[in-house]
Amino acid sequence: MNNNELQQVADRLGVSRRSFMKFCTGVAATLGLSGGAGIQMAHAVAAAKRPTVIWLSGQECTGCTESLLRSSHPALENLILDLISLDYHETLSTPAGHLAEDTRHQSMKENWGKYVLVIDGAIPMKDGGIYCKIAGKTIHEHVVEAAEGAAAIIAIGSCASWGGIPAAGINPTGCVGAHEVLPGKTVINIPGCPPNPYNFLSTVMQLVTFGTVPELDQEGRPKFAYGRLIHENCERRPHFDAGRFALEFGDEGHRQGHCLYKLGCKGPETFANCPSIEFGDVGGGAWPVGVGHPCFGCTEKGVGFTKGIHQLADVLTVRPPNTYPDIAEPVGTGVSAGAAALLGVVGGAVVGATAMAVKQLGRIEKDEAEASSADQTDNG
Amino acid sequence: MSHHQATGGRILTIPFLLLSLLALAAVWILGERFFYGLGSVTNINDGFPWGIWVVYDVVVGTGLACGGYVLALTVYIANKGRYHPLVRPALLASLFGYSLGGIGALVDMGRYWNFYQMFNPSQQNYNSVMLEVGLCVSAYAIILLIEFLPVILEKINADAWKRKLEKVLFVFIAIGVLLPSMHQSSLGSLLIAMGHKVTPLWQSLHLMPVLALITAILLGFSIVIFEGSMVSVGLRRPSESHLLTGLTKIIVGLLVLYLVIRFADLIMRGALGHAFAGDLRGNMFLIETLLFVVPLVILAQEQLRRRGPYLLVAAVSLILAGALYRFNAFLIGWEPGGGYVYFPSAKEILVSIGMVAIEIVGYLIIVKTFPVLPRVHGNASGAHA
Amino acid sequence: MNRRDFLKVASSGALIATSSGTVEARGNLEPPPEAVGMLYDSTLCIGCKACVSKCKEVNDMPAVTTAENLQWDQATELSADTLNIIKAYKHGSAETKDSETDGFAFIKRNCMHCVDAGCVSVCPVQAMTKDPKTGIVSHNPEVCIGCRYCVAACPYNIPKYEYDDAQGQIQKCQLCNQKGVERIDQGMLPGCVEVCPTGANIFGTRDELLTEARRRLAMKPGEDNTFPLETINSPHGHVAPAAEYQQHIFGEHEGGGTQVMVLSGIPHTKLGLPDIPERSYASVSETVQHSIYSNMLAPAGLLAGLLYFARRNTADEEGNDTEEEQ
Repeated sequence: MNNNELQQVADRLGVSRRSFMKFCTGVAATLGLSGGAGIQMAHAVAAAKRPTVIWLSGQECTGCTESLLRSSHPALENLILDLISLDYHETLSTPAGHLAEDTRHQSMKENWGKYVLVIDGAIPMKDGGIYCKIAGKTIHEHVVEAAEGAAAIIAIGSCASWGGIPAAGINPTGCVGAHEVLPGKTVINIPGCPPNPYNFLSTVMQLVTFGTVPELDQEGRPKFAYGRLIHENCERRPHFDAGRFALEFGDEGHRQGHCLYKLGCKGPETFANCPSIEFGDVGGGAWPVGVGHPCFGCTEKGVGFTKGIHQLADVLTVRPPNTYPDIAEPVGTGVSAGAAALLGVVGGAVVGATAMAVKQLGRIEKDEAEASSADQTDNG
Repeated sequence: MSHHQATGGRILTIPFLLLSLLALAAVWILGERFFYGLGSVTNINDGFPWGIWVVYDVVVGTGLACGGYVLALTVYIANKGRYHPLVRPALLASLFGYSLGGIGALVDMGRYWNFYQMFNPSQQNYNSVMLEVGLCVSAYAIILLIEFLPVILEKINADAWKRKLEKVLFVFIAIGVLLPSMHQSSLGSLLIAMGHKVTPLWQSLHLMPVLALITAILLGFSIVIFEGSMVSVGLRRPSESHLLTGLTKIIVGLLVLYLVIRFADLIMRGALGHAFAGDLRGNMFLIETLLFVVPLVILAQEQLRRRGPYLLVAAVSLILAGALYRFNAFLIGWEPGGGYVYFPSAKEILVSIGMVAIEIVGYLIIVKTFPVLPRVHGNASGAHA
Repeated sequence: MNRRDFLKVASSGALIATSSGTVEARGNLEPPPEAVGMLYDSTLCIGCKACVSKCKEVNDMPAVTTAENLQWDQATELSADTLNIIKAYKHGSAETKDSETDGFAFIKRNCMHCVDAGCVSVCPVQAMTKDPKTGIVSHNPEVCIGCRYCVAACPYNIPKYEYDDAQGQIQKCQLCNQKGVERIDQGMLPGCVEVCPTGANIFGTRDELLTEARRRLAMKPGEDNTFPLETINSPHGHVAPAAEYQQHIFGEHEGGGTQVMVLSGIPHTKLGLPDIPERSYASVSETVQHSIYSNMLAPAGLLAGLLYFARRNTADEEGNDTEEEQ
């Protein structure tokens, strides 16, 4: 593989070679890898065989797909479609009906054990899972079947990660996240509503280039994207620290760009890289907090779609609270050598002077007693 | 012819010079305090707002200056005229003790330039124990000066003035007994408002003024014995033990009264257990109690209390006991909570030492030049001191 | 005067001293009907320290820095430069909020604005004052003599003196109603209340706050409840599950009550708040003081006696000993 091939890939994608390299380096940076990894990725992408991706949709709104497609970077949708071989995607497939199903089965068979399975949308389980069916089978069955031959499984969006919107409130269809129906398998969760396409793409690129899964947190989320609390990287943080808050939409504090905590911002309990890469691929400082709406907590199970929108967030960074003064902080100066020595001298002087005086007083009284007895003798 | 005489003798002796040096050091440190603030020389802090300047210079210092008070009480109120020779030196020591206590309070005062507000009726807070102490101590220092005035008038041979003054002196003597009774008891009352910050071994609430007054009187009597003994020794004068012994009966009575009230209070409040906790405070209490008991044991015995050396040991023990009681109540038993600690800084201690030095230096100058000490019959005067 | 006479005088003086005032023993003071204060709910506090920051801004006080950290305010204890501070109780792994074991809890320390304030009682020159209407305890440095009796007599160690200033003064929280600020008089809120994001610290009259505190103590732990921000009648509030409260309103009765009250999920002593009897120390102190000095009767009586004896005994001054003692 040489520069010529890279040029060919760039031509195929309809971008300049320079833009292509920039993209790969950007992805590598998102992953927290070195610039060299970007070049490796460029080469991996340029290699003949693109990884096969099977995309299954459960109870979803197509938001995740739309997010991937609507991007302002140079022809990102092209990059996505050309970086990977998206063999099955209900929204994007050219074929339909039985033809689409056949293509999928064909592809799965050919790439058994090698393809990447992407799931978006929640998986209903109530009443035998009848609330979401494709080609006469429940999505549950589809997912379990496809997962068998997958090299890696990615759950994209909050719904696929833990149930998301369909699981909100009373959860009428009894839906769950993908990992719950695939026990024993590693499922990479990319939550968000929708998630930033970079977080998805970067994960895929690592899988393709290195054949490895990014480091995950306990919620199955890649740490490179979900390792930091929004609150700690938020552009409005100084206002929180100074106690400047918006109380209502459009009030003085809101217009001044003050902290949105009192409006129910979930930044203090939500882990995501939104403050750095923002929302979608819109650019221009556009993410909820940036445009004046409190963070909704969409990447956090138990927060987004669970807590009330204006309910106050728990502030997680204070656990354990190691930057707070103790109840009893030491104040004051203890005994110094000089002070102790001085007190010793004073004590010694008192005792010494008393002892001396006692001795002399004894002598004086003795003399007086003798003198008076002498007087008496004289007088007598 | 007066019953008193100046002892004469050289003033610039070596002890005098050493003491003057200590006094100068104190003045120097106080200069620093006035330029840079209290924190620059003291260790007092937000949890220990009162350090040894208040506790030693004012609370203990004025207690030690109660000699004039108790002798006025004995001689002029109880009419024990034979103690009259002891009055003038005691008055002098009290005058110094109170003046320096007042100065000590002033230098410790964070906003001393507002001191006059204590005398401003529109600002006075009659609920404040501090106000009473401040006014009483100021007034008493002036009364002491008036009581001492005859000595000065005698020195300058203003006999007519002296006679006039002596006619009305009884008024000042009466006030001079009243005022210390008031403020010495109030020094105890100061602690009531501090509540739980004074640990149970010393927080006697309603009984604080009683205990403070009894210890003040005890301190006064023992300081008279101490000064008498020291003057005999230091200025080579005849022993005054025969006079001093007479004071011991009242000391024994007061000591018994004090210990009964003190322990009854501790037992009734259920606080006595703290004494045996084995910690610093418990141990300090035990030492304090021991120092009160030692003089009781000595003075209760006829043959011991007639002897100067034993008398002095008892007096010193009692002085230490009274002083320690006040130190314990105000500082060692002080528990502000939180992480506050305090120990006086070397400079703080030097100032307190300097105050004592000034007192001794002043006392020496005045007894050598003014007719303070009783005339010694024969030629045994302190010419060779 | 013989010994019997002397004892008579002494005991009658003591009798006057101890008996004359007992009739007017002073009880705890009552709060003014319009007394204002704050209710701090430790279980709602998130430790953001916005109140600490705002307090410094309102009072124009410098940051307290340490040698290692010169950029940020690192105050660890109340001082003349820090009138309000958030501290944390920590135990074991410090994982659970408002739990005594392996947990943590916050406490906001500032002036409690006692109903029967010790500092006001002990100040010799009325530099410490309690507003008759709002009950706010204020300080006037113009008359203060700097004796620091208020510092010593405050059960909460609140008044602070500026030890490192040759002309230092006493500093304390005046509920943002001090001269030149007067936020309460202008109908504004204390700074620390205004900025509190969770309503952990709310402002109101003492009666209102007590009612609110009782409402919270009656809540079922874990059940969602609405907590107002800033003031009890504020349109802004938020829903949160109620914590498991200690069934105690700190400041309802302590030392005669305080106008700043505290609710918490762990015992108040763990948060550094002292155990204080219901009778205020100020009332004990004033009772003793006024018993002795009520209308100056006892001192006057004593003085009369003293004058009599002093006059009699100085008349035959200069050694004519009339004592009967052997």
